[in-house]
Amino acid sequence: MKYRNILSFLALALCFLFVACGDDDANEVTVDFDFSGEYTISDQMGRPAINTVFVSALNKDDFNTTVPADQGGAYADRFESRLLALNPGYTTNALGLDAATFTSVLASDVLTVSTEGTTTFFDGTNVLTGRALADDVIDVELLLIFGGPDGSANAGLTSDNVASNDKEFSSDFPYLASPW
Amino acid sequence: MKNVKYLLLSAGTMILFALSIMSADHIDAPAVTGGTTDVTDYYAFQSPTDNNNMVFVANIQGLLSPAATGDAAFDENTLIEFNIDSDGDLKEDMVIQAIPRDGKMIVFGPTAATSIGTRSTIKTSATRVEVDITGYGETAKVANEGGIKVFAGPRDDPFFFDLGAYQAVLGGTATGFSNPGTDTFAGTNVLSVVVEVPKSMLGSAATLNTWVATKTKR
Repeated sequence: MKYRNILSFLALALCFLFVACGDDDANEVTVDFDFSGEYTISDQMGRPAINTVFVSALNKDDFNTTVPADQGGAYADRFESRLLALNPGYTTNALGLDAATFTSVLASDVLTVSTEGTTTFFDGTNVLTGRALADDVIDVELLLIFGGPDGSANAGLTSDNVASNDKEFSSDFPYLASPW
Repeated sequence: MKNVKYLLLSAGTMILFALSIMSADHIDAPAVTGGTTDVTDYYAFQSPTDNNNMVFVANIQGLLSPAATGDAAFDENTLIEFNIDSDGDLKEDMVIQAIPRDGKMIVFGPTAATSIGTRSTIKTSATRVEVDITGYGETAKVANEGGIKVFAGPRDDPFFFDLGAYQAVLGGTATGFSNPGTDTFAGTNVLSVVVEVPKSMLGSAATLNTWVATKTKR
């Protein structure tokens, strides 16, 4: 009786051993998720609001699926026409850029980012060195579109008077505020 | 989708029209509006906690009401790709790829881009960091491995703008913005992917050209 109990125990122990070994083996050859296949462009953006402001309704999907290297050639002239429609009195802006130069910069829709210091859309000193969460990017763009050479033109059009987000950003990763 | 409809209907057709005009990149084009690939916003900035790090933020599926946020989900067929050009030719030299799988956001890179342009394959041999996707109402779940931090989940939409006033100006019913303005995006959420990486992983260029793309499996 006792002997049979010991045998049973040994059998049980062996059983656990094999199960454990089996688990280890399974872990070693775990099948990863399927990452195969090709993914094709659907949407893209660099700077905020460029497509929505400067691209006509018919071309919005095309602009979103044109690689940045090709956007300038395809869209610079159209952006210039749009800028002059928005602000027929445009001469230069606070960056000193005339209409053709300004819109050729904007047509290649990438966000330039400095790796060597302050990153901001515009903070009074640094221009287009990144985009931080609190940057009032709309006011910057309104100023550059409507504000003229020294930013003083069209005073009612150069700020939407919404200067900050509706929630405080966090000082710790992931920095964005928790959802409503 | 349902929440977007609700928001738009409740705000009226004027706002619907206004939303189609300008809102960072929210619902900016017919093919993507309301879908899981709609990029609403993109940010890139030096880490507020470590000057040696860079932070990339992609927001998708904007204008989520609080009631709809719990049901909003990342799409396993939508690749979210940060593109980084370090030599000034406007072609990506590096990518950081984020793809959801089984409740996790899996991030590959930064790694050299091999397929340039409108099509991508997932760089499975690159540095890989996984994070559990944070659920609505949960404390943010953060992965931190090998100097790379990752978050994925719903957040308050950080964008702010008086869209209604802008539309009134364009429509000729106002000659300027209101003061104070009204933040059209107050009280709405987005789905965010936030990736923080050491700048040393991004090469040595002083300036990078960057953009975010969503790409779908075909």
